[in-house]
Amino acid sequence: MPRSIRHRLDRRRPDAAPTVSPRAPAGADEPVKIAPGDPLLAYLESAGGPVEVDAIDLDSPALQALRDRGVKLAVPLVSHGELLGVLNLGARRSEQDYSGDDRRLLGQLATQASPALRVAQLVREQEAEAVTRQRFEQELEVARLIQQNFLPQELPDLPGWEIAAYYKPAREVGGDFYDVIPLPDNRVAFVVGDVTDKGVPAALVMSATRSVLRGAAVRLLEPGRVLEYVNDHLVPDMPAKMFVTCLYGVLDPRTGHLRFANAGHDVPYVKTADGVAELRARGMPLGLMPEMRYEEKETTLEPGDSVLLHSDGIVEAHDPAREMFGFPRLKETVASAPVGRAMIDRVLGDLDAFTGPDHEQEDDITMVSLTRVREELLARFDVASARCNEREVMERVAEVVTDRLDPARLDRLKTAVAEAAMNAMEHGNGYRADAPVHVEVRSDHAGVRVRIADDGGDVAQPVEAPDIEAKLAGRQTPRGWGLFLIEKMVDGVRESVEDGRHVVELVMRYR
Amino acid sequence: MIHLVGDVDATAEDTLAAAFERAAAAGGGTVVLDFRRADYINSTGIALIVGLLGKARAQDLEVRATGLSEHYREIFEITRLSDFMTIEEGSAGA
Repeated sequence: MPRSIRHRLDRRRPDAAPTVSPRAPAGADEPVKIAPGDPLLAYLESAGGPVEVDAIDLDSPALQALRDRGVKLAVPLVSHGELLGVLNLGARRSEQDYSGDDRRLLGQLATQASPALRVAQLVREQEAEAVTRQRFEQELEVARLIQQNFLPQELPDLPGWEIAAYYKPAREVGGDFYDVIPLPDNRVAFVVGDVTDKGVPAALVMSATRSVLRGAAVRLLEPGRVLEYVNDHLVPDMPAKMFVTCLYGVLDPRTGHLRFANAGHDVPYVKTADGVAELRARGMPLGLMPEMRYEEKETTLEPGDSVLLHSDGIVEAHDPAREMFGFPRLKETVASAPVGRAMIDRVLGDLDAFTGPDHEQEDDITMVSLTRVREELLARFDVASARCNEREVMERVAEVVTDRLDPARLDRLKTAVAEAAMNAMEHGNGYRADAPVHVEVRSDHAGVRVRIADDGGDVAQPVEAPDIEAKLAGRQTPRGWGLFLIEKMVDGVRESVEDGRHVVELVMRYR
Repeated sequence: MIHLVGDVDATAEDTLAAAFERAAAAGGGTVVLDFRRADYINSTGIALIVGLLGKARAQDLEVRATGLSEHYREIFEITRLSDFMTIEEGSAGA
């Protein structure tokens, strides 16, 4: 029998069928690679059993290599007509030739071992693929985390304005970002940007861009100067073939004045009473060339006007026939949509209808809408602070908003108004006959707002959240549901002190 | 069976307490609150119901609620009152 049998197989290298020979001259541990064009390959594949190496007559480098290593018998391992590897045996220990029995035995061994080897190879291939896939997923997760970390956690509350943002990364996270930056002089900066490339590299460039931008925004007031500064800082370190498009605008909330510059980003739309217009300003993307200049433009937003900043994930989305959504379609959607947050919802709805149900989002989608609220005063009245008078407040508010809210929302607002009015009468005014509560009801594009003011002066202290189990067990008073209910019933509650009066504002959106 | 007519707020306290005593004394192990004609329930009313649930628990009585509007059913769920009483489905106005 042979002195030793060894084999080594590597299916992932289809260019060569490696073989290993046993004890032999120096270098014999190296597997013998059979080159794809070597005639030995076809010979072994069709041999049908063990072959004597010395008896083969072929002009083959691999054959020569086998002989040099002292290989006497080659046992092909074939499965489904495919050569998986070769068992190479040196001379018998007894120095006699391999017998017919030996060969039959080795042939049977090869026949049984080959399918098992094939299975082992497949398992190994799949494991390798799984590791690659897992690494890819981990990288995506890192990119997602970086991205999310550098997006604003919450948007500033600007009286008289509604800011709404939407961000949805593609599976292979792109480099979209947006930011809303309060500036020292009560103005506010708006940013939407997009880094070319995807994954971790894009996320890292995005985070660097955002940091430099934030630093520049609070020191420099002119949008063009901010983009110049950011560009000059990005150029030296920007990886090849990467750049950043970015729209940067500064809003004065008191006047509605918006000044903006654009580093090659998708042009925002402004929707006014006159229709939809583009906010164009010239400028190269950031990070390509130093000392670029950025054109500045300006516009003034009137009450009821809305600006939509967006990223190319929208206009470059495709339908099943590979047609792009495109700017004209987006402009039409903006023209027919309501202003504010509802505009973002409408764009998403239209985009969804366009791409179809089986669509996998190709690129990040980002939108920021900036709307100057146009308010209408629906009612203003006082109600005396007395037990059960909260019902009067509730009924009078309901009367003026009843055709603006669906029945369920109206019911919820009524409950919140009653609770807020009861708090104002009892805790704010102590049910004093000479201290009425003051109520104002307003509406705008997004919903209705009810302001209830009392003479309390102070903002209420946060109270322990009601816990029914603690209440039933006597560890908490049965009361204390008012604030809890208010917060659960409406879309927003704002508490403030204005001119010595304690004011609670309840916000209920139309939908 | 306790019929709640009109507002379930501070004004209902005495009526509700008296009705509970009668319903509990009547035996049967169950107190049914009929909200069909209760068109306004506020946080004070919820506190009264919490108190009633506490008493029912002490006396080992089951409490059922019927005739709640969809809005108040939602409130009973948000406050988790519904975890401690059986809310019976039933047609009801607002």
